[in-house]
Amino acid sequence: MTIFKHNGSAVVAMVGKNCFAIASDRRLGVQLQTIATDFQRISKIHDKLYIGLSGLATDSQTLYQRLVFRHKLYQLREELDMKPETFASLVSAMQYEKRFGPYFCQPVIAGLGDDDKPFICTMDAIGAKELAKDFVVAGTASESLYGACESMFKPDMEAEELFETISQALLSSVDRDCLSGWGGHVYVVTPTEVKERILKGRMD
Amino acid sequence: MECVFGLVGTDFAIVVADTSAVHSILVHKSNEDKIMFLDSHKLVAASGEPGDRVQFTEYIQKNVALYQFRNGIPLTTAAAANFTRGELATALRKNPYSVNILLAGYDKETGPSLYYIDYIATLHKLEKGAFGYGSYFSLSMMDRHYHSGMSVEEAIDLVDKCIAEIRSRLVVAPPNFVIKIVDKDGAREYAWRQSVNDTPVPSA
Repeated sequence: MTIFKHNGSAVVAMVGKNCFAIASDRRLGVQLQTIATDFQRISKIHDKLYIGLSGLATDSQTLYQRLVFRHKLYQLREELDMKPETFASLVSAMQYEKRFGPYFCQPVIAGLGDDDKPFICTMDAIGAKELAKDFVVAGTASESLYGACESMFKPDMEAEELFETISQALLSSVDRDCLSGWGGHVYVVTPTEVKERILKGRMD
Repeated sequence: MECVFGLVGTDFAIVVADTSAVHSILVHKSNEDKIMFLDSHKLVAASGEPGDRVQFTEYIQKNVALYQFRNGIPLTTAAAANFTRGELATALRKNPYSVNILLAGYDKETGPSLYYIDYIATLHKLEKGAFGYGSYFSLSMMDRHYHSGMSVEEAIDLVDKCIAEIRSRLVVAPPNFVIKIVDKDGAREYAWRQSVNDTPVPSA
């Protein structure tokens, strides 16, 4: 069992019209055993920047704590919130620092940049960034997620339609992956508000 | 194999651990207490390598006491859990501890809580948790019979059901268990469940 499949995870982010959505599953497992069904994989960095960390749960918790620390320092020095592009570069650099003993995490970063333009990206465990204009996926269910997103995605969706699309893509993908699932957690972020919703899917 | 499990009730938390000290095929003793009093209102039930278990939990206990001496107030359960996770995470890539921990505590403001911390420093707050081969039986029993807001009698009844299941279905089932409880009056030993007694050695 490779280390990335130890806890099981699924994270996806999609771009809409002046908004983005980021979603994850809720299972925390130890290989075949499910420990919890309310595990938070997506965390807020600031009001317009979210990061979802898939992969090994302990490393995602450590990496998140280090990123919050770095971002708080940035806020104190620069008196600004970090732009998503800057934050993605920070995450990438922090991961490459551990090139020969990496954090076993694949982050998915989603945020609203200058002029509230949505930005999403993902990277591998050693910080190779993958920018995309439509959607990014990570986790044990990533192959299913690629397929589901590719077929369901349309450009310039409004917030409500984006929520429906990302939810359907997430739930149908995790249903084919035994290591992720037990519901979903979706954040839809527009320039004015953030809607956080819990999905009820197949609970198995 | 070591069985540790715990659950949260209305205004208390219970942890149960087996009491066998085993080395390969030999049972050294069957009244080894694996649940330590972290402070007056916290319990740490630990399972794993015996040396690491004692060494690491004593280290945490002494540092929690030091915090109280320095600052005049005790740590909350959440703070103690995060401190424990931090120590495990720091040691993880240097010289890892093989200790799984269930940390149960009672805070005046927030009530009872239970934290699951596994040996690779994954932290999660839970209502019911378990480690070891016994977890396959105790988690399933708790999934079936647990509900939030259980009374002490109901919780002990569930604990006894779990112990009965472990005894009947686990091939290397430990014979004896200790049950400890923590509530507003503090942490204390509740009961032992023994099916094998150590024969007392006559004194010289």
